[in-house]
Amino acid sequence: MTTNYMGKATSRVDGRAKVTGAAKYAAEYNVPNLAYGYIVTSAIARGRITKIDASEALAVEGVLQVFTHENRHKIAEDDQSYEDEAASPGSPFRPLYDNQIKFSGQPVALVVAEEFEIARYAASLVHIEYKVESHETDLSKVRANGYEPKIKRMEGFEPVKPRGNAEKAFQRAVHQHDAEYDLPIEHHNPMELFASTAVWEGNGKITIYDKNQGAQNCQRYIANIFGFPMDDVRVISPFVGGAFGSGLRPQYQIFLAALAARELKCSVRVSLTRQQMFGLGYRPNTLQRVAIGAAKDGALEAFMHDALANTSRYEDYQEMVVNWAGSLYQCDNMKFSYNIAQLDLCTPMDMRAPGGAPGMYAIECAMDELAYKVGCDPLELRLKNYSEKDQNEGKPFSSKELRACYRQAAEKFGWANRKPQPGSMRDGSELIGWGMATGIWEAMQQPASARAVLTSDGKLEVSSATADIGTGTYTIMTQIAAETLGLPLQDVTFKLGDSTLPQSPIEGGSWTAATNGSAVKKVCDAVGAKLFAMAQKMEASPFANLKFEDVAFSEGQMRLKNDSDRGVAIGEIMRHGGATTLAEEATSSPDEAKQEPYARYTHSAIFVEVKVDEELRTIRVTRIVIAVAGGRILNPKTARSQVLGAAVGAIGMALEEESVVDQNLGRIMTHNLADYHVPVNADVYDIDVIFVEEHDTIVNPLGVKGLGEIGIVGTAAAIANAVFHATGKRVRDMPITVDKLF
Amino acid sequence: MNPFSYTRSGTLENAVTEIARDRRAKFIAGGTNLIDLMKENVTRPSRLIDINHLSLNKIEETDNGGLRIGALVTNSDVAYHPQITRRYPLLASAILAGASHQLRNMATTGGNLLQRTRCSYFYDITTACNKREPGTGCSAINGFNRMHAILGASEECIATHPSDMCVALMVLDAVVQVTSNRGARAIPFAEFHRLPGDAPQIDTNLQPDEIITSVDLPGEGFAGNHSYLKVRDRASYAFALVSVAAALTLEGGVIKEARIALGGVAHKPWRNAEAEALLKGKPAGQDNFRKAAEALLSGARGFGHNNFKIELAKRAIPRALKQAAAGTPQSQTIKKVL
Amino acid sequence: MNNKSGVETAGNVSTSLPPKSWITLKINGAERHLEIAPWTILLDALRNLLDLTGTKKGCDHGQCGACTVLIDGKPINSCLTLAIMHDGAEVTTIEGIAKGDALHPVQQAFIEHDAFQCGYCTPGQICSAVGLLNAGKLRTPDDIRELMSGNICRCGAYPNIVAAIEQAMQSEGSAAQ
Repeated sequence: MTTNYMGKATSRVDGRAKVTGAAKYAAEYNVPNLAYGYIVTSAIARGRITKIDASEALAVEGVLQVFTHENRHKIAEDDQSYEDEAASPGSPFRPLYDNQIKFSGQPVALVVAEEFEIARYAASLVHIEYKVESHETDLSKVRANGYEPKIKRMEGFEPVKPRGNAEKAFQRAVHQHDAEYDLPIEHHNPMELFASTAVWEGNGKITIYDKNQGAQNCQRYIANIFGFPMDDVRVISPFVGGAFGSGLRPQYQIFLAALAARELKCSVRVSLTRQQMFGLGYRPNTLQRVAIGAAKDGALEAFMHDALANTSRYEDYQEMVVNWAGSLYQCDNMKFSYNIAQLDLCTPMDMRAPGGAPGMYAIECAMDELAYKVGCDPLELRLKNYSEKDQNEGKPFSSKELRACYRQAAEKFGWANRKPQPGSMRDGSELIGWGMATGIWEAMQQPASARAVLTSDGKLEVSSATADIGTGTYTIMTQIAAETLGLPLQDVTFKLGDSTLPQSPIEGGSWTAATNGSAVKKVCDAVGAKLFAMAQKMEASPFANLKFEDVAFSEGQMRLKNDSDRGVAIGEIMRHGGATTLAEEATSSPDEAKQEPYARYTHSAIFVEVKVDEELRTIRVTRIVIAVAGGRILNPKTARSQVLGAAVGAIGMALEEESVVDQNLGRIMTHNLADYHVPVNADVYDIDVIFVEEHDTIVNPLGVKGLGEIGIVGTAAAIANAVFHATGKRVRDMPITVDKLF
Repeated sequence: MNPFSYTRSGTLENAVTEIARDRRAKFIAGGTNLIDLMKENVTRPSRLIDINHLSLNKIEETDNGGLRIGALVTNSDVAYHPQITRRYPLLASAILAGASHQLRNMATTGGNLLQRTRCSYFYDITTACNKREPGTGCSAINGFNRMHAILGASEECIATHPSDMCVALMVLDAVVQVTSNRGARAIPFAEFHRLPGDAPQIDTNLQPDEIITSVDLPGEGFAGNHSYLKVRDRASYAFALVSVAAALTLEGGVIKEARIALGGVAHKPWRNAEAEALLKGKPAGQDNFRKAAEALLSGARGFGHNNFKIELAKRAIPRALKQAAAGTPQSQTIKKVL
Repeated sequence: MNNKSGVETAGNVSTSLPPKSWITLKINGAERHLEIAPWTILLDALRNLLDLTGTKKGCDHGQCGACTVLIDGKPINSCLTLAIMHDGAEVTTIEGIAKGDALHPVQQAFIEHDAFQCGYCTPGQICSAVGLLNAGKLRTPDDIRELMSGNICRCGAYPNIVAAIEQAMQSEGSAAQ
């Protein structure tokens, strides 16, 4: 039996629950006397409700209530109560608050009935009259209205100050590239529909099974809005059927379920339909200008990146679209700007690699275009301008094995065999295109707490209120805990997705492995230290004159590091110490003094092969090789899945996904999974994921950097670059569909 | 979804009697489209008559050497039936190009013919749609019309028929057998679906009291030279931007007979006798194929987002004809276009 | 299959509910009796009335495959069919795929190949694969990719799904020899 788990490919500890259907998601708690809510959404994009007639709906047998802004009971009236961990500055959306319509698809009524089918039917009988106001939902029409957000969402989201004189350097440069890139609105579309099952506990308490990426974030939201004492609200979400950022903020169904449960004093489930999920936050439409000036040999002399993205009328959504070039490429003259413009749509939300995926798509397409102008290999251009330090912050990198990424991925891909001329490689009727790009994402850590309870039978339970949205959190936390205390994997249980567990931030930004992993490591070390103190008091203790650093845990025993044959079983130590359980709680915070002097990033290199039918212009992404420098890899199996899945997401981003707004109606018309295309199995061929060795002692105690986002950053650009190499046609507005290649 | 009552019909006689009695009743077979529409309140029958227990689920030889496909035979059972794969591989191929295997296991032959457009405005009852509510207008014509018709559309409606199977049936000159209390009749496939004209709410020439009993295939199945080529926004499980069913009879490189139908471009599978006549007696080569494509697209008109379909069809038609002529039909599994 | 043309208006709004009737479904080998109205979709009957929540609702319109179950051995989308239409039918859901504690080879292979992340599409993927394997429809990786395309995985586990099904095919093949 070995108890070294970190770094070993390990099947998911929740795998059995997921393949047998035992894993329960938010809409799957069938509590007694459950009522069902069905949401009615607005048909118009802007205006106000002049009349809601719910009389027909209320007359249907089995209908319990129809909630609207007219009859809801008191809820909070200040913006602060509606804010959450991922909110942007502004006035958060308040469901059923007043008669104002801010976007098409806004919830305007909730029908609650004894049965799901009754609620659905009655919802069709709620008649709403509107006073329609003219709307604007087209970003390209409001360029002039773009503004720099006055209140920043968080530090680091604003463009860094210009360095040198980018305009001048650009004008003087031998090679100039200046173009605009357009990324449309995209929706996360996790497979699970947003849902909440609110259980009315009878004593004024409410328990809500909810789909989210932060149970405590949702707990605070509900407590604040409805005036519940914090302890009376419990939010539980052990399984989350995908989220990709869509669960970072409480979604409106949790509000509606809580509202109905509180007022009807019964348990209520509210589930969105797939169509209604297109009324949730999304990756915003982004128009980006990238202007690069380079010397004859390709050395960068000027880099300008200006982004305009849409937001809603009520919140200044922000993400870091620009700045990336300053970390990634050596260039003395750089200038960035980031503006937003308001549209009559709901507020955008963080979607997988927010800012990074759109920003790096434009940057890496632009670098590819520059390579053709310079007449050098796109990989050579990146290597020539490789940054040895982060110029934005003027700091060295805590670690940066990007060169190894380029080298290993290029070799695996066979990049050396590429013929540079577009359209020069073919396989029968198909043109072959080879493209590459770079990826970058921040390695972040947040404060978090964890609890560990060890029982004398050698079982360990560790917990923290984070989420596992498919990322493998359950598994890697179990691995960390098992290895730290030297226990068999099956004797360790990790709990998450419950607001009563120790404090955790929302699960996002690729920070969970570092954040909660560090807390888990710390709390297990604390348990180990307690055990050590106990062991030292044992009669004839082999540890009597040692320090805690001198022992290690493995195979259920505390052992001498320098003489691993000498050890005592954990259970024996506890029995001698008279303890049946050992419980510890610990909070881990980033070591700012250690981290601050360094720029901390995950990097990747992506190489893509596409085959494009010469005549029909249909595109197949036949090969992707992606090498990632992400620090320590805790579980190569789940890590690979994260990167591979993100690369599939990038296929969608590059070739398929678009939430198309009918500008006449101000309404998203591709609001289902038949019209909003995401990749299917037949779209995906070989994806090869390489993890490059990277040791980082700065980022966090575990040396992990996080992998949830990196796979999608730059990958869409690599695909677009491959399409150009195949066809000679540069498409700068995503997605690249057949019609754009004629 | 509104409340409705449910009954099962055990016999054809009972089914047609029941439907004739209640104009707000509908038959349900596979249900893959009807339930979908009912959930969106696009269709609100007061009663569903379950016809799955009628004996219309056989594939049989006909007296004239063809095959009769019972209206209730599922799309999967047609596509994998040995007689179909041997004699009518074009039909099998078209079916396998559509939907998913789960949907094909449910969807029936008759239901496939009667599926309604996937126009996103038709499906969204908050928008104007002449097909859903006559007289309200067409949102697509000045809206998002990337998926819409380029041929045979009207100012009232630019929806397309979504079926792949029907495109093959059009080429095969299938005959739709229908019956009602008033008696049975046969409808040539080309006359089964309608163009929208000024009554886009009516998709087909089937009368409200009629039921499809079978789809009959004539003896000629073009097993040697055929292809179904479907171009879509992803490799599978998506409706056609343009699809082409091509069938040829060749004699030493010369075309004896050519048939071409298009999917994804009109309110019905699109065929054009003149285009086919152009190929008769001509060598099976790219120039002639291109001429036929031009002829097939004559009168085509785009509405903005869907303009590209005209060019796409002009490229896809010769390609499918080439595949058919070479005896190398497009695989629905291997995605490289031959 | 009457003419679906024309638009029906709901006429007078109905305030009374459709009458319920008793049906019997043989689910995962056990007979379950159920009193339901015609408008109850099979998927909702499984999830809400029978507490068989392993079958998932991802789109409710046959556009994702998360609701795939086997009816009389054939994979179908349970979101597009009425429960009442299947009175007397044999339904196999994800809860009935394993034999007691022994996982089906497809389930085992899904775990080994990490053929899922969030797990929400997984029951549908597995039911789809089991049905296709039983019908002998899968021979090559291209077959798997095409025929499994009716099951969308937004986490993008497709290469692992293909690998898992290939492994299950081989284990079935070796079992047959």
